[in-house]
Amino acid sequence: MEHAKLNPELVSLVQQWKGKEGNLIMILHEIQNHHGYVPRELSLELSRMLDVPLARIYEVVTFYNFFKLTPPGKHRIALCMGTACYLRGAAVILEEIKNILGIKEGQTTKDGLFYLDVVRCLGCCGLAPVVMIDNKVYGKVKKSEVADILSKYIKEE
Amino acid sequence: MSEEKISLRINDSVYECDAGMTILEACAKAAIDIPTLCYLKDINQEAACSICLVEVKGAKALVRSCVTPVRKDMEIFTNTPRVRKARRMNLELLLAGHPKDCLVCDRNQSCELRKLAFDMGVRDVRFPKTTKTELPLDTTSVSLTRDPNKCILCGRCVSVCSAIQSVKAIDFSGRGKSSKITTFFDSGLANSVCVNCGQCLLVCPTGAITEKNATGGVWAALSDPKKFVIVEVAPAVRAAIGEEFGLPAGSLVTAKLAQSLRKLGFDKVFDTQFSADLTIMEEGYELIDRIKNKGSLPLITSCSPGWIKFAEHFYSGILEHISSCKSPQQMFGAIAKTYYARKFNLDPRNMVVVSIMPCTAKKFEALRPEMKSAFDYWKDELNLKESEAFYDVDFVLTTREASRLIKEAGINFINLPGEDFDEPLGISTGAAVIFGATGGVMEAALRTAYEVLCGRQLEKIDFFGLRGLEGIKVAEVDIDGLKLKVAVASSLSKARLLLDEVKEGKSPYAFIEIMTCPGGCLGGAGQPIPTDNEIRLKRMEAIYREDKSKSIRKSHENPAVRELYKEFLGQPLGEKSHHLLHTHYKQKEGEF
Repeated sequence: MEHAKLNPELVSLVQQWKGKEGNLIMILHEIQNHHGYVPRELSLELSRMLDVPLARIYEVVTFYNFFKLTPPGKHRIALCMGTACYLRGAAVILEEIKNILGIKEGQTTKDGLFYLDVVRCLGCCGLAPVVMIDNKVYGKVKKSEVADILSKYIKEE
Repeated sequence: MSEEKISLRINDSVYECDAGMTILEACAKAAIDIPTLCYLKDINQEAACSICLVEVKGAKALVRSCVTPVRKDMEIFTNTPRVRKARRMNLELLLAGHPKDCLVCDRNQSCELRKLAFDMGVRDVRFPKTTKTELPLDTTSVSLTRDPNKCILCGRCVSVCSAIQSVKAIDFSGRGKSSKITTFFDSGLANSVCVNCGQCLLVCPTGAITEKNATGGVWAALSDPKKFVIVEVAPAVRAAIGEEFGLPAGSLVTAKLAQSLRKLGFDKVFDTQFSADLTIMEEGYELIDRIKNKGSLPLITSCSPGWIKFAEHFYSGILEHISSCKSPQQMFGAIAKTYYARKFNLDPRNMVVVSIMPCTAKKFEALRPEMKSAFDYWKDELNLKESEAFYDVDFVLTTREASRLIKEAGINFINLPGEDFDEPLGISTGAAVIFGATGGVMEAALRTAYEVLCGRQLEKIDFFGLRGLEGIKVAEVDIDGLKLKVAVASSLSKARLLLDEVKEGKSPYAFIEIMTCPGGCLGGAGQPIPTDNEIRLKRMEAIYREDKSKSIRKSHENPAVRELYKEFLGQPLGEKSHHLLHTHYKQKEGEF
């Protein structure tokens, strides 16, 4: 069968894994690692190449939290909801971030700048509540500071 | 399954059963009912619903009887306080997440969840609603609607779509409380490889999958004095619709059905069996033509629209093997709005053709953009604009929808004496009746092809080898020394076995019949619920009974079809037939 646009990277992956048990998840893993998400077009191509139903691919991709369906944002916001942060008002901070960016956890802003993740304990409970953006940790965050913190990244653009 | 017998105790009585059975099967054999909402023998045994719990002596927890094999000397208890409490709890938890709009639900009369709640005496739901958000309905398909809010995640639809139909359009997605059954990227059935067969609907225990309702449009047409409304009824409907009125499966209600449709206000009550006979003329001659002129063989039947869409998705390389004949439903519409309109001086624009089908895929078929042959026929003569284009068939009702029209109109179906269909498009033969059963189109075609090829009467017109519920049936027919191998498949997973041979150029057959649904149209998704193998067999017997009772049993002897050729079409495969009765197929492109 002929394909409109064969992706060389995917072809070699498929050849490497074809016929092996659990191949679908291994290939999806590689795609996720490479692109930061599983692009729809690659699922379509993968379905044809491996003869796996699309609905099955969608099942696997949506079952595991590891797989994402949308591209990651440029900056990953990790908001801690561990016990200490939670008790020190992390929920309020989360609400404020959601309000400002207009996204829910697990989503990326329309401009692709931020991805919002909620995590459990970043290992610095003394600084609760903690927000980490990329590798920078912001401790003892107050609701009123959230806009300032985010604006730094917006200004960079 | 092992032949070995073992003995065990169920509720303190000793029983003997096969060693390979599950507890559920052993109990069924011992006439002990165990409720389930997800179990479908050999198709869906996923232990999803947790209703079929039983107590086994020595086991710490209750076990799910549908997946637990029996053991020698096992002691099983199906009716203890512990069992009843657990089953009830699981049922109540399912109900907590389920909408309570049973009064206005399509499956009000046939919902397994509702029935079980009633039978188990659940009279209130102790738990608050577990699902927080209302999930959107999938209304993309013209045949089926999916309501994930009513889904109990039993997985039957997924299993049937995969194991019986090998289509695999739907699967589970997400996990935990966000689990649901959906298509790729949630893009809806219409944007998937779904073939609209609706076998998922037939096995759904609740109202999560229903047909697209067309009754509103039909009522509107019936009450519009300007419209000339014609109805056509598929063969399999008359062998099943009685069930909707409480008659036992296998009741033949042809005459009652014709009379009640007349009472509903249809201007003419016609029969898809007329155009089934017509299909045999066209398809029979197509077969003869391909044999004589070395065309693509095997020829594959084209009556079943689920199979056609399946071929366009999965077997686009062998489309030239599929008969170019339209299905009887579509031939009927095209002939009604041309030949019949001309003969009785009707304006085709004012005609409404309603078909009653055992099928959900027929709704899709009627709306295929190429199914406007009558419009093309009249376009120049009546100076019609493209914006005035009309379909050959306007509304498709399932057997169930038709029964609701009859009930709503207050027609006492059971006590009607019965009437005949109208002439001429209501005249049909026994060959047309059997279109409703797997193997029937093949048998009907052979009755005609034999006589046309040999030029003499066929002595034994019953092809018993082609009848029955088996998924694949093969036969060899001797037509004056010409040995024709033929094969019949019902269900798409079985069809694949024959189609893969065709694809590889290794098919030994000259003619193949494919029906999308197990058992053929009599087991279609428009038929009364429940539809199981026992019921399929009874409907099948009814269909062959009707065939036998017909005075004419060969399509080419249908006097109305003969008249149609004489007055209008000329000859089978002629110019007019080509435009009105034949079609083409193309590979389905896009993101499937």
